[in-house]
Amino acid sequence: MPEFRAVVHVMLRRSILDPQGRAVEGTLHRLGHAGVGDVRVGKRIELTLKGERDAVLAQLRQVAERVLSNPVMEDVELELHEIDGA
Amino acid sequence: MPHLAVLRFPGSNCDDDARHALERVTGADVRFVWHADSDLGGAGGVLVPGGFSYGDYLRSGALAAQSPVMHAVRAFAERGGPVLGICNGFQVLTEAGMLPGALARNEGLAFVCRTVTVEVQRDDHPLLAGLRRGQRLRLPVAHHDGRYVADDATLDALEAEGRVVLRYLPAADPDGNPNGAMRDIAGIVGGRGNVLGMMPHPERAAEALLGGEDGVPLLRAFARAAGVSA
Repeated sequence: MPEFRAVVHVMLRRSILDPQGRAVEGTLHRLGHAGVGDVRVGKRIELTLKGERDAVLAQLRQVAERVLSNPVMEDVELELHEIDGA
Repeated sequence: MPHLAVLRFPGSNCDDDARHALERVTGADVRFVWHADSDLGGAGGVLVPGGFSYGDYLRSGALAAQSPVMHAVRAFAERGGPVLGICNGFQVLTEAGMLPGALARNEGLAFVCRTVTVEVQRDDHPLLAGLRRGQRLRLPVAHHDGRYVADDATLDALEAEGRVVLRYLPAADPDGNPNGAMRDIAGIVGGRGNVLGMMPHPERAAEALLGGEDGVPLLRAFARAAGVSA
């Protein structure tokens, strides 16, 4: 059965203030990195899944949108890579 | 007379306080229900306490919301049973989809631990029985993820339906909005009006000796809604 490595990127929606990103940006500015802007802090979650690609993608979407992120305040981006030799 | 249930997740830390306060001010028989249980044991009301369930991993309340006991709580609420979520309990209820919106990281980044002033927004609601609209309560908050957020349509609907039941004073007040919550929202009701989530801790304001009794009416109203004659 094919095996996949998935990466789920979770970011706060643009409409939701990101105080962590703002604080990091402030510190970077204090360190002299004047040109740095729009810092946003998110999460990267990795997992493996087994099955046919279509089923795996559907399962990944479900997991990412219902559990790994909260659609009220977060957006997700998904990566899915087949693991060679699996 | 029915008993009251207080849920316990790994990392709950206001469970004992909640039981103590409920017993003290309502005389109710209060029993703990472990997160892995799928049965509420015939409780008349369910309190989801504060703390850091599952270490706040992933998001505050996110993993607790998927625990077996929450299936039972959802079914209980759908039958009209009263549910009170406090702090992490509010986060759990939003993550479980039992209340709209979400609780995001505090705007000021700091963990806030102080007493705030909230204003009661309704005077005809069973879970606010004994309180008047406009009445101000001094209640402690202690949270890192207490900023209520929702999209404008949800916020407008909450307001129009009278479901914003507790509001912080504006942030300009030193005891006002401590976390950047949209529209100064401190507590909302959902379901059929039988599910109340709030960030402040009424169970920590239930004894004059410990700094105040402004939380007592909320605990009594919850117990009464659960069929406990407090």
